[in-house]
Amino acid sequence: MRRERPQSFADYTPLFFPGLMLVVFFVVPFSTMIAVSFFRRDPTGFYTRDFVFDNYARFLSTFFGGVLGFSLLLAIGVAICCVLIAFPFTYLLTQRPRRVQTLWLVGLLSVLSLSEVIIGFAWSTLLSRTAGITNLFVWLGLMEAPVALLPSVWAVLIGMVYQALPYTILVLYPALIRLDPTLLEAARTLGASPVRAFLNVVTPALRNTLVATVIMVFVFALGSYLLPQILGRPQHWTLSVLITDQAIYQSNMPFAAAMAVFLVLISLALVGLTLMIGRRENAT
Amino acid sequence: MSGLSVNDVTKKFGSFAAVDRVQLDVPQGTFVCLLGPSGCGKTTLLRMIAGLEVPTSGAIVLDGQDITQVPTHKRNLGMVFQSLALFPHLSVGDNIAYALRIRSASKAAQKARVDELLTMIHLDGFADRPVAKLSGGQRQRVAIARALALSPKLFLLDEPLSALDAKLREAMQVELRQLQQQLGITTIVVTHDQREAMTMADLVVVMGQGKIRQAAPPIDIYRQPADSFVADFIGSTNLLELRADSTGRATIFGQPVAGLSLPDELTRAPLSVRPEDVHVTAPGHGTIDGTVTFVRDLGGTIETFVQVGDKTIVAVATPRERPDVKAGQSVGVSLPAASCVVLRS
Repeated sequence: MRRERPQSFADYTPLFFPGLMLVVFFVVPFSTMIAVSFFRRDPTGFYTRDFVFDNYARFLSTFFGGVLGFSLLLAIGVAICCVLIAFPFTYLLTQRPRRVQTLWLVGLLSVLSLSEVIIGFAWSTLLSRTAGITNLFVWLGLMEAPVALLPSVWAVLIGMVYQALPYTILVLYPALIRLDPTLLEAARTLGASPVRAFLNVVTPALRNTLVATVIMVFVFALGSYLLPQILGRPQHWTLSVLITDQAIYQSNMPFAAAMAVFLVLISLALVGLTLMIGRRENAT
Repeated sequence: MSGLSVNDVTKKFGSFAAVDRVQLDVPQGTFVCLLGPSGCGKTTLLRMIAGLEVPTSGAIVLDGQDITQVPTHKRNLGMVFQSLALFPHLSVGDNIAYALRIRSASKAAQKARVDELLTMIHLDGFADRPVAKLSGGQRQRVAIARALALSPKLFLLDEPLSALDAKLREAMQVELRQLQQQLGITTIVVTHDQREAMTMADLVVVMGQGKIRQAAPPIDIYRQPADSFVADFIGSTNLLELRADSTGRATIFGQPVAGLSLPDELTRAPLSVRPEDVHVTAPGHGTIDGTVTFVRDLGGTIETFVQVGDKTIVAVATPRERPDVKAGQSVGVSLPAASCVVLRS
């Protein structure tokens, strides 16, 4: 179906409301943040209006560079783990009867009702030496003595994957349930085993969805700042933790703003790069 | 036996029998059409032959080998789906070569076979096109070529032409039939279109409510339908009732008809007579008299609707034998006994 282009001014009116919301809740705060990132910090008070690059310059140190790199790697790790777990899981879920699917989805949705704090403390208990799952392994005879699995980068990763997994499944579910089941059957009649058919028919057919999901989880994981503090050591703290620290505890708003802007730019660049790679592969 | 045998196969979904004790023998190289209204079990039967459903009981035997428990990907068959199910991420050539790639055929062998198949379906030079850029008829051909890539023993098609427009569909029916004869491959097509079945099939299998109602060559199905379900489903027909009068003679609307008799001491039985066998005559000269209610002149054929009692009998005539009647006129209707088929109820 061909759509007509908007002709008169009145045709644009439906755009006013979303436009207004976008300006009030995105453009204004974001511009403010960018502006503040160029202000000069006033150690005695808050900040003074100015136009300096000090805040950005300070960021370009090995320490902050390392934190940024770690944050990005962690987010990418979480995104990949989530999709690797959620994709086969959701696929198998869509093969079940409707009622089973509903039960699982309701269960997953209920995980979303848990706050980050609860998730963090639940995992810190589960991974602890005194009450954690290693006690179970000892009881089963798999281990000699219980050990503490945290604080560690793996604990952070597990907590964040747990938090992001329901979102991943809920994003993948509509695409998988709409996938034409005869595609898989066709592959089977052509001699492909079910696993092979899944790998070279379902996966490529949903590549764009998978890329979009990886990006979504990546962005979601980038904003996490409680779990790294609860489950990790200070060297596992992400940039989000440092931003919070600067903004709230050090009262250094300009520097926090500069870091935030930097984080946004880097994430946008990564997302753009992913999309570009996806498009190039599509073209071939 | 060479060919396909479906031995007493039943498929139940819960307590509902989608396919109910079906027995069917398909000799090697036969073109079979499974015909029936939606929900009659024809697609389920095809899917069981393909291995996409497992029969609740019974066996499916191909060339003497029981394949009931053999998984689909080991059955060596080609199938065309109603949705065609072409892989959207692959080009035309890669779609066709899929089965060869699964079996790790060499690149050169793949290319040779793809070119050969593209020539067969008249799409030379289309190998590198994306599937999305094809027209409906072209996709259809690609789906057929993909299914035939490994020269399978069995060629299964599930309502393959339903997405095409009427003209293209008729052309594809002829093409599919010619292709099947050229390859000599055992072919089973599911369809609800009786014209399609008549055009293509060696053997038409009419199904209703999970059972085979009749399996016979197309013209026999048309001329000698086994029961009223088949008669009604294949072509249009006049379904009348043959009754025995007090003296035991067979009558229609109270008029005795010479040359017809009721089977097995029955007092009534359904009777089918095709519209083209019914002739409109002057009042008193036919089997029975009635009143013309409508004349539909389609140019190529003329349909006359005659009200007799509570039934409307349709007579179809060619322009050459155009009956000169108008709505409201009294006429005689002649029902030649030789063309009347007494049915099992």
